[in-house]
Amino acid sequence: MQERAGREIEQLVDLMARLPGLGPRSARRAVLQMIKKRGQLLEPLAKSIAEVSATARECMACGNISGLETCAICNDPARQNGEMCIVEDVSDLWAMERTSLFKGTYHVLGGVLSALDGVGPDALRIPRLVERVHQHNISEVILALNATIDGQTTAHYIVDQIEGSNVRITSLAQGVPIGGELDYLDDGTISAALKARKAF
Amino acid sequence: MLAVRSLRLSHFRSYQSLDITPDTRPVVLFGANGAGKTNLLEAVSMLSPGRGMRRAKTQDIARTPEALGWKIWAELHSLGQTHQIVTSSEGGARTVHIDEKVTPQLALGRIARLVWLVPVMDRLWVEGAADRRGFLDRLTMSFEPRHAEAVLGYEKAMRERNRLLKDRVQEPSWYAALETQMARFGAEINTNRDFAVDRLTAAQTDTSTSFPVADLEIEHTSQAVSADDLELAFAEDRIRDMDAGRTLSGPHRADLRAVYAAKEMEARLCSTGEQKALLVSLILANARALAQDFGAPPILLLDEVAAHLDADRRAALYDEICELGAQAWMSGTGPELFEAFGDRAMMIEVSERNGASEVQIS
Repeated sequence: MQERAGREIEQLVDLMARLPGLGPRSARRAVLQMIKKRGQLLEPLAKSIAEVSATARECMACGNISGLETCAICNDPARQNGEMCIVEDVSDLWAMERTSLFKGTYHVLGGVLSALDGVGPDALRIPRLVERVHQHNISEVILALNATIDGQTTAHYIVDQIEGSNVRITSLAQGVPIGGELDYLDDGTISAALKARKAF
Repeated sequence: MLAVRSLRLSHFRSYQSLDITPDTRPVVLFGANGAGKTNLLEAVSMLSPGRGMRRAKTQDIARTPEALGWKIWAELHSLGQTHQIVTSSEGGARTVHIDEKVTPQLALGRIARLVWLVPVMDRLWVEGAADRRGFLDRLTMSFEPRHAEAVLGYEKAMRERNRLLKDRVQEPSWYAALETQMARFGAEINTNRDFAVDRLTAAQTDTSTSFPVADLEIEHTSQAVSADDLELAFAEDRIRDMDAGRTLSGPHRADLRAVYAAKEMEARLCSTGEQKALLVSLILANARALAQDFGAPPILLLDEVAAHLDADRRAALYDEICELGAQAWMSGTGPELFEAFGDRAMMIEVSERNGASEVQIS
């Protein structure tokens, strides 16, 4: 029995260690803490995981993950203001939402174009994006994609797909981060910031 | 002044450990073949972005059989400031810390400029264009460290395009998206290379040197050089490139041509000694130009530099290095090759004992 309990705990540690940001050591500490606080952590966590597993799904419209077929953002009439923000991943959407600044809707691509990784336009949600832009009276598309080669290739591809449909296409500014010190920024970021300078 | 003032190694190639404190004079490493001279030069070359002068994989650098990974600590004097650089690898990608802060490798290019000449480059003018392009890009990076980003960006976008071509993907928008980026990076590469060639040309002609002047020219595979023209050319060449399964023209196919000016002779047709002299001439011109542009000549790594140079040329080289005030790290089998330095250089004997390299300052 002792051996059986040990194996199950090890299995939980192994699974936890596969999560981003956790390694075997931190996973072991987390599991130990949960077992010590069974009532406060382990049981509510187990229940919560079971619930999320049963209900979590991709929003049919934007690709966000929630417990509904259409997520709360897409269901909110106040957010149908004609602005649509394009992000690579749900985590980017959640990051944008943390600012509480953007009041439009989103479209989650689910990745970026990469011929080397075998990810083409159809593997992403680009055809659905084009459809949404045309059907939902979108006036501005904001490209919030990473400043990597693949991210920018995807941005150019999207622009090519929706250009000419009377939609304003913008992208997030690049430059000095809040609290950033110029001395520690790379030359590319400083150049981008200088090019995008604005009146003080 | 740009100089390594302290260098410590741990499990780097043949060195189990090493701790030396060079002064600002040129550093001469002498010793038998296989003693570890080039390994030491390679360690210094790791103070610049990239894979060092041997272009080795990080895991190949670790000393065997321990295979514990490797680490380099260096104190670098750069334009009146002292920087602590630590770079290491425990088997994976190498990490870089500058002044105790984790930084991307490219940040090394801002504080350290290094140029090297290694024996395989003795055949640079007769081998394929790829080596000459690599040489030109390294010289260009010494003037403009961001050139590395342009080269990496261009190559990444081109690899993506090549995959589409090979798989015969018919998706014009995808090609166009990649070609836009290739064109942007490609134009930047062309501008940077042109600037480097102009500076090298000026630095060769505006001085009296014992080394021959090389007339340089970049040969492009097409007329397209600007971003707009490159983008157009990539689009026009898609069908041809698809048949070949790769991108056939662009900055990645450019070549560096050199002519021995005084003899009006192509570098590839010159004698071995003349070819080496042309290379040294360019390295010195690069150092002179950087002394003006950057404020200090680069650190020079000259492996087996005496090979193919007669005594007069060697003496002339050493005089020019001292005149430049460059910290040059040079290697050779015997101290007699560097006699002309007198006490103007720091002499370090490298030897191998019990399977590990060690050094002794003469």
